[in-house]
Amino acid sequence: MAINSQHIVIIGGGPAGLEAASCLGTAGYRVTVLEKEKQTGGKLLIWDKLFPEFRNSDKVLNHLSNGFKTNPPQILTNAEVVSVIPENGQHRINLRDGQAFQADTVLITTGFKLYNAEKKEEYGYQIYENVITSFDLEKQLKTGNPIRIEAGLTPRRIAFIHCVGSRDIKSGNIYCSRTCCITGVKQAIEIKRRLSDAEVFNFYMDLRMFGQNFEELYIEAQQKWGVTFIRGRVSEIAENKDNSLQLKAEDTLSGRPIKMSFDLVVLLAGMVPEPRTVEIGKSAGLEFTSGNFLAGLDSHISQNETNTPGIFIAGTCREPLSVAETLTDARAATVKMISWLRENETSHKKPLIKRDND
Amino acid sequence: METEGKKRVWEEYQKEIADDHYFYVRSCIRQTFFPGSETTFLKILQNDLKKDVFEDARHTTCTGIGYHTDIVPLETTMTVIARHFALMTEAGYVNIIPSCVTSFGLYTEVLDTWRHFPEIEAKIREYLWKATKREFKVPENLVHTSDIIYKFRNRIKDLSKVSLINKKTGLPLNVVEHIGCHYSKMFPQSGVGGAEFPAVLTGMIEAWGGTVIDYPERRHCCGFGFRQYLVKANRGYSVSNSKKKFESMQPYQPDFMVANCPGCSMFLDRWQYTIAEMEGITYDSNGTGIPVLTYEEMAGLVMGYSPWDIGLQMHQVSVEPLLDKLGIEYKKEDKYLGSNGQNIGEPQKPMFLIV
Amino acid sequence: MKDWGYSILKGRQIDFENNDFSIAEYITKHEPSFRWCIGCGSCTATCSAARLTDFNPRKLKLLIQRGEIKGLADEIAKCMLCGKCQLVCPRGINTRNVIQNIKRALNTCHAL
Repeated sequence: MAINSQHIVIIGGGPAGLEAASCLGTAGYRVTVLEKEKQTGGKLLIWDKLFPEFRNSDKVLNHLSNGFKTNPPQILTNAEVVSVIPENGQHRINLRDGQAFQADTVLITTGFKLYNAEKKEEYGYQIYENVITSFDLEKQLKTGNPIRIEAGLTPRRIAFIHCVGSRDIKSGNIYCSRTCCITGVKQAIEIKRRLSDAEVFNFYMDLRMFGQNFEELYIEAQQKWGVTFIRGRVSEIAENKDNSLQLKAEDTLSGRPIKMSFDLVVLLAGMVPEPRTVEIGKSAGLEFTSGNFLAGLDSHISQNETNTPGIFIAGTCREPLSVAETLTDARAATVKMISWLRENETSHKKPLIKRDND
Repeated sequence: METEGKKRVWEEYQKEIADDHYFYVRSCIRQTFFPGSETTFLKILQNDLKKDVFEDARHTTCTGIGYHTDIVPLETTMTVIARHFALMTEAGYVNIIPSCVTSFGLYTEVLDTWRHFPEIEAKIREYLWKATKREFKVPENLVHTSDIIYKFRNRIKDLSKVSLINKKTGLPLNVVEHIGCHYSKMFPQSGVGGAEFPAVLTGMIEAWGGTVIDYPERRHCCGFGFRQYLVKANRGYSVSNSKKKFESMQPYQPDFMVANCPGCSMFLDRWQYTIAEMEGITYDSNGTGIPVLTYEEMAGLVMGYSPWDIGLQMHQVSVEPLLDKLGIEYKKEDKYLGSNGQNIGEPQKPMFLIV
Repeated sequence: MKDWGYSILKGRQIDFENNDFSIAEYITKHEPSFRWCIGCGSCTATCSAARLTDFNPRKLKLLIQRGEIKGLADEIAKCMLCGKCQLVCPRGINTRNVIQNIKRALNTCHAL
């Protein structure tokens, strides 16, 4: 197949980056994916099962690698980008190790970072042994081993705390991380599947079941699995003498404060931008949202274009998204990139520039 | 419990504590409740640590209690505090150290208000000038006196005669630390270690050999709450809060409690008597209650001061069981002797609480 | 004993560890839809009794589930069993049967 000489660099080899690479490759473009870790796949590698149908994350990872059958991209791992600088109508991508790449267009898909739950001091993450995050639980689920607390015992009562580091002006994040609600429902069901005698509670402010089959899963959690939902933000966690956790909240629907003890507390920590995304964005002169994610040019009609022509963004580096939404977003970005490349090729008729890796 | 995690929290909340030359402002109520505490603080700082501490007899209440009970308007409170700053300025000091947590909280709040609203500070300067013809500089360093003891905890340890260790078993004593709400809950950055895991008393206890109990209701208010205590009919609020704490700490069998706030020390001590008389219960195994110390009293004991010189006879819950554990020698017959050697009189015996 | 002029207050906090869940368990066993509630309040909004008394079926159900059952017999007596709540419930809860089971549970679990 005819390979277009124009070169696209994708920064970040997670779900968004790989999906975009596959679409652009199929469309005949020369693509380089720069992944900072030693392996592509991003946080999908950590995740065990995906909501709402409990599909193994491997299935999505397989889909992503199957996309490279025709015109596969060049994938570089351990390639940490530090800056993207406009240069001669193109973009120069500088790596930490001194390497550099030239690209006609750049797609930033650097993903998110988990909110550091230690900052919510009142929850005692990294202080109380049996306070963990949704990431920690997912890693435990992925091992396939039985769920145990620090002392090696089976937990009998488990709490999920929603909105940890989200919708919280004190933690600096006023936005909603969107996917934690359904993650809380999904992980609650997974615990009930493995520990049918356990009592599972979710403490929430609002339950935002926006996606397809999300509300259905919430109903299933209540009806089939007996998960209890208490509307109230947890105000503090303290450790009891037996290392169980005392939790305080307002049961807002009864208008009364409530005190309960748990063997295990799971903090549904939100999404924050990767510090490195901010670094790259600044070097490329990009604008940021109020939550410090990369800002699209227009919130309705061009979310994937940026204020710097030729630089595109997709996935959770621009806002909290689910895996399904991230893949859709990546595909949408590629359409915009292809039209931009075509327009630039014909209207500017740029000379071929010698590239580092040619 | 992971102490490394706590240390990371503490690192976030470190504050500057001046090294010397302090303008000391006393608490209104402590001199009645625990009269040896402030003297002990001065003795340790001036005699043992050779620090320069200055007091001015013209210093008054900060109006904290009046302010928190809605009796004194904020402008009056700020003007009174401005006058204290003026006394400090006139004496040539820049570091102010209130002995009271309510005062410390209020001073911090006033300074923060002035930072945000300079026009209010200008107005207060005008009020102070009109009323007293005084002027002032805002303090360069405002810390609570417990911060000072915290700062010199290791020096005190070097000079100490007693450790917070059970002499008979050789094990560290189990200590409940209680931080006054206004020490750091309003302004977490102003407290050593912040508001959720304050390090100010923990630092002293651990430096001097004790173990800190982190019980579930550690962060709960003692229940003083100003209006809630001052109106007799509301005192049920106050005592119920302390009771909640006692119930929560009981399983850990604390050897004693220590607080850095005048009101907290008072209520944690006196309410044990009230609850004992009302319900016939105490929260220790012997019926004597859990002794409560102020941090200066704790420092005084560690320094080897006589328990009766630092005012421990004024406590409702007897401190003798604690003194025995610490291996401190004392004469029972000296307990109620005044500084002039005359008997000051003994309190009546409670019905239930064993003294 | 001395009159103090004040007394120790009973806390308002729901003390989950020490509450009585026998009625909640009885109802859930006989009418599983009892668990499906999302607290929307449409039952209370339409309740004939709620217009005239402080009867609140949403809150009543919640308090039973939290093990707070003091005064439950008097509360449930306010229900007129008209069935309007069942018409509006978005989760399809068999509210009529829930009410009947609360009454049965009171007789079975507690001679209140």
